Amino acid sequence: MPTLSARFGDLARRHPWAVFCGRRAVRLTVLLLLVVTASFAMIRLVPGDPVRAALGVDAPPDLVAAKRRELGLDRELTAQYWWYLRRLAHGDLGVSLVTGEPVAELIRSRLPATLRLAVLAFACVLTVAIPGGMLAGVLTRGGRRPRTELTLTATTSVVAGVPDFVLAAGLTAGLAVGLRAFPVAGDLGPQSYVLPVLALALAPTAVLLRIVRVETLRVLTADHVRAARAKRLPAATLYLRHVAPNALTASLTIAGSLLPALIAGTVLVEKVFAWPGIGSAMAQSVVAQDYAVVEASVLVLGSAVLVANFLVDLALALLDPRSVIRET
Amino acid sequence: MAPSPSSPSSRSLRRPSRGGDGDGGSRPSRPSRSCWATPMGVVVLAMLGSLAVLAVAGPLWWGHAADRPDPSAVLQGPTGRHPLGTDHLGRDLLARLLASTWPSLLPAVAATLLGAAAGITLGALTAVVGGRARRLLGAFVNLLLAFPALLIAMFFAALFGAGARGAVFALAVACAPGFARLTQTLAAGVAGTDFMAAARVLGLRRHRLLLRHVLPHVAEPLLLNVTVAVGSALVALSGLSFLGLGAQSPSYDWGLLLSQGLERVYTEPLPAVAPGIAIVYAGVAFQLLGEVLAKTATRHAAPRHAEGPAPPPAPAGRRPASPDHVLEVEDLRVALPAGDRTIRPVRGVSLALRRGEMVGLVGESGSGKSLTALALADLLPDGARATWNAHWFLGADVGSLTRGERHRQLATGMAMVFQNPASAFNPALRIETQLTEAVRAHHGTPRDQAVEQALVQLRRVALPGERRLLRSRPFQLSGGQRQRVAIAAASMLRPDLVIADEPTTALDVTVQRQIMDLLRRLRRDDATAILFISHDIALVADTCDRVLVMYGGTIVESLPARRLADGARHPYTRMLVASVLDLTAERDGTPPTVEGPPPDAVGTDPGCPFLDRCPQRLDRCAVEGPVPTLLAPGHEVACWRPLPLAAPPGQPETEEAET
Amino acid sequence: MSAAGEVRRTHEGSRGAGLALYDVTVRHHGPYGPITAVDGVSLEVAPGGTVGLVGESGSGKSTLARAIVGLDRPSGGRITVGGREYPARRAAERRRWGRQVQLVFQDPDTALDPRMTVRQSLAEAAGAFTRLDRRGRERRIAQLLELVGLDAGCAGRLPGQLSGGQRQRVAVARALAVDPAVLVADEVTSALDGSVRAALLGMLRDLQRRMGFAMLFISHDLAAVRRVSDTVAVMYLGRIVETVPADALPDGTRHPYTRTLLSAVPSLHGGRRPAGEPLPLSGEAPDPASPPTGCRFHPRCPVGPSRRPGRDVCAVQDPWHESARVACHFPYPAGDGADPAYGARPDADGA
Repeated sequence: MPTLSARFGDLARRHPWAVFCGRRAVRLTVLLLLVVTASFAMIRLVPGDPVRAALGVDAPPDLVAAKRRELGLDRELTAQYWWYLRRLAHGDLGVSLVTGEPVAELIRSRLPATLRLAVLAFACVLTVAIPGGMLAGVLTRGGRRPRTELTLTATTSVVAGVPDFVLAAGLTAGLAVGLRAFPVAGDLGPQSYVLPVLALALAPTAVLLRIVRVETLRVLTADHVRAARAKRLPAATLYLRHVAPNALTASLTIAGSLLPALIAGTVLVEKVFAWPGIGSAMAQSVVAQDYAVVEASVLVLGSAVLVANFLVDLALALLDPRSVIRET
Repeated sequence: MAPSPSSPSSRSLRRPSRGGDGDGGSRPSRPSRSCWATPMGVVVLAMLGSLAVLAVAGPLWWGHAADRPDPSAVLQGPTGRHPLGTDHLGRDLLARLLASTWPSLLPAVAATLLGAAAGITLGALTAVVGGRARRLLGAFVNLLLAFPALLIAMFFAALFGAGARGAVFALAVACAPGFARLTQTLAAGVAGTDFMAAARVLGLRRHRLLLRHVLPHVAEPLLLNVTVAVGSALVALSGLSFLGLGAQSPSYDWGLLLSQGLERVYTEPLPAVAPGIAIVYAGVAFQLLGEVLAKTATRHAAPRHAEGPAPPPAPAGRRPASPDHVLEVEDLRVALPAGDRTIRPVRGVSLALRRGEMVGLVGESGSGKSLTALALADLLPDGARATWNAHWFLGADVGSLTRGERHRQLATGMAMVFQNPASAFNPALRIETQLTEAVRAHHGTPRDQAVEQALVQLRRVALPGERRLLRSRPFQLSGGQRQRVAIAAASMLRPDLVIADEPTTALDVTVQRQIMDLLRRLRRDDATAILFISHDIALVADTCDRVLVMYGGTIVESLPARRLADGARHPYTRMLVASVLDLTAERDGTPPTVEGPPPDAVGTDPGCPFLDRCPQRLDRCAVEGPVPTLLAPGHEVACWRPLPLAAPPGQPETEEAET
Repeated sequence: MSAAGEVRRTHEGSRGAGLALYDVTVRHHGPYGPITAVDGVSLEVAPGGTVGLVGESGSGKSTLARAIVGLDRPSGGRITVGGREYPARRAAERRRWGRQVQLVFQDPDTALDPRMTVRQSLAEAAGAFTRLDRRGRERRIAQLLELVGLDAGCAGRLPGQLSGGQRQRVAVARALAVDPAVLVADEVTSALDGSVRAALLGMLRDLQRRMGFAMLFISHDLAAVRRVSDTVAVMYLGRIVETVPADALPDGTRHPYTRTLLSAVPSLHGGRRPAGEPLPLSGEAPDPASPPTGCRFHPRCPVGPSRRPGRDVCAVQDPWHESARVACHFPYPAGDGADPAYGARPDADGA
């Protein structure tokens, strides 16, 4: 084995980027397989008979049997798995147990709305939390402005503690029903985005803001910032060139993990706002025990999360080339 | 974590009365447990207490009212009898809300404990098993962590079937990987320490290692995270109930109440908002509890701004700066806030540097030499205050300059080289930027020209002026290369004074030699004055013109470097000289040293700072600080009883120190 | 083994027995594949004697120290104490290896468990291999504290309440608590201030005289090594390039690398450096993952092929072999500071 590992080491030294991307791609593939397997296993593992549950207790037995055959549930497990994979490769996600519509069609029509929501919320989180956190860090450095710090800590921990679906309910009650400032539900143009995005973004913004502030404080006490201060650079140069990039690499790693969480969070928020996305479809089908749709939603959301992770990792590696070398 | 390093007993013996001085006696804060006495601590205790009371008393008190249907009052809005209104069966919503505190909190706690137990076991297992199994487990945890906990919880909740029990298990599964990773990280941190290595060399068995050394270090942060996780679990469980995956009618919790309230939010907001507030209240309570626990654990005392001693009155007639002096400072003092007291690490330093002179400032750790340097460079940490009797830099009285003038003066007149070349460079920026930014900012040099200058400077520090080097980033250079680049950067603006703070301490001897040669050359070629700070008296004697010996925040002796070996008169200097191990000393002689507590940093004692370790103190030394006295041209000693000169080499008089 | 020829050799019994390394090799997993941190080191420390091991950072000194006490697994060679070999294959006996060999670490801040009092740390060590009752343990702790010159009041303190020098004394006491035959001291003084350092060195010498353990004293500080050692071994990139009696320092050294190290030691007295000009050393130690061909020191050597014409053999042929006292094609003549004569006969080894 030493020759093999030595050869790999040599490769890593010469092409760190290739090795880094290769490793990430392998990881992504393994994870996608895991998601596919989990979504396959779901309908087979749920207690009771999912088909009967979906069709109702009084459904005629031959209808249930037909449905089972249609879903391939009557075959051997490995055969089912291969069949599932083959179908997946053709973009076929089966049909809804309840409505009989093709699930792929449902996903195709609903996925964009979910992604728009998540990406918009993510953008809001970044644009508010990063400058805000840095500003807070600079203002409260070295124990300055203890009152500001206390207010900030208290506010952010309360806001971070408000779950998105509760906030969504509150916003609906206050701004949509009470003041009639925004639409209550559905996607009716740009205005409809305000409340769902706000509900999704607020808590993560508070979390990230705190992290950026702590990171900024850490960087402000670093030796290299003292060295930069010794050069008497203008304040803007000092903060933007010497503090910001270093405070951001660590913060962005955390921010990167927020994007997948936001995608998952859409499920609850979409339900509140009856948003025509994957999340609300999933919530409805869970209640209706339409496992074909639940299965597909898990698959799609899981894959979206993984792809988001992958993209964030690549972006971080571009920002901080050291991470490439560290990992290889 | 660690309490103050100075021994409490010796301090209290010597200083019985004056405790928290200089801080105006603001607030009484004890180092530990004090976090509960803060406003946030009180709020957290009150919130948790109210939750506990509600959880226990809720079902007893309101349970009956919560389940009593009233067909005459179905779906009412808020009224006097029903402050939150009623549900579709006419049950009082306030009673339902209060009665469901227990069924909302209990599953959250249960899910967290289950998940934490599973995760910590998994993580600890990773730490215990060896080789391949460890890598597999680690990879498995990593895979699970790629998914947001909420998604995993929803998947398993759907899998386990809707219901409170299924939700609890689903949530436990979802939060286990996080705990596993945390345990892994913490345990790995402890496993890598020297004290664990020492315990392994002692042949301790694995379970003893875990119990004695790993667990105590890991327990505190884990506990903290369990607390915070209860809050998130509560929120997540409510979310599952809200989705219809959690509690099922007829049982109910806050999430289900919220979900039911939301159906009529268009007509009646309160039934949806009230359970929301309850969820937020409990979630925030646990979040804040974590905050307070974390503060207690780190016992972090935020530094406050020093109400330093009143600056000493300016002497009647300030003498003007000597023309050949680059820097002249008299009676420099630095006050630093530390917890609720003020320490004075620098108390009366006077020094002067001529153009092109290399002066060594020697002292052991805690002598105040680095803070002296930072005070001279106007780089003191936040909250620290410097005062002085006189301070001239480049012919200008520093006290009379405006901020902008002082800034400009330091920008072009002074440069610094720091101890640790690994951390003194911005890791995110290319060397080129870091070399040229100062000259571009202060001289307005265009980029091309600045790069040319940088190449010249790099050649001077024996780094062939390659553009490739300019394009590299700090982590691509070795320690010695980085320190050379630091010297090149310091000489870019041709400053009149360079302060080098332990520039070679982090480097190997052979590299140290190269760096010292570079500093000497810089001094020779540019007539730059250099203040060289070091703990190594032999190195200073080897390279500097003059040596200032610092102890306890004051300069105890100042003498020409060549006289250091046999001309030192202060007992501390003599002790330092005697403790030098060089290649000529007798191999078997044990140098006379007096170990003792480092000088007290509070610095309110009137006497000599060296009192405790001095082998020949007088009564006078305890009550009156010695003043610097000129013994010979260029040789000042601050001691009431300087040692006689001409001790034969190898027979220092401090032998009596051993008794 | 000519490597420690000056040192007496006795192989009787395990108590007071010395340490011997035969061709020890240790490999690490580096970021780019395996790194040979220690490459065929042979060394002998006589009972009651001290060998000083000197080298720059990255030379493999600390890795060797960890291998000797069993913290790192050597990939080749043998380690013996009193003639008994390190039981690499038997876990139970591996644990008992600490009875023979103890290590004192570089940084006193991290070497002690910050949550354990001095008493707890010492009690754990004292009871590691021998069962002691409460009374016996207390007596042993008092004895150990007295041994390292700390007063009994220290026992109840936490490491954070002690000064750096005191902490290092506690670490020494913990190592000596099992009464080992061999003590490995890894840079024990480099984190300490000058005056404290000298006192600690004196104490180690004194303890050795009283307890008779063999000591491997590892340091980058040649002056300190010279102070405490009988024999000095110089390590460069995982190999020992020169072994020399401590008395012979500085003028009796023959390897250019040793001379360079010596010339870099600052001196209060203006220097009784090896005669001749101070030796400039270009560059820094190369990457141990890919050591230079030929003599590993040749790219930096002040008298090597890059400075002296006709010394191309240095870049091609490795002067090192196991029993060489000076691994150099052109060593300095002993007792003379002058530049080795140009074209001198390669007398690389003592064979």
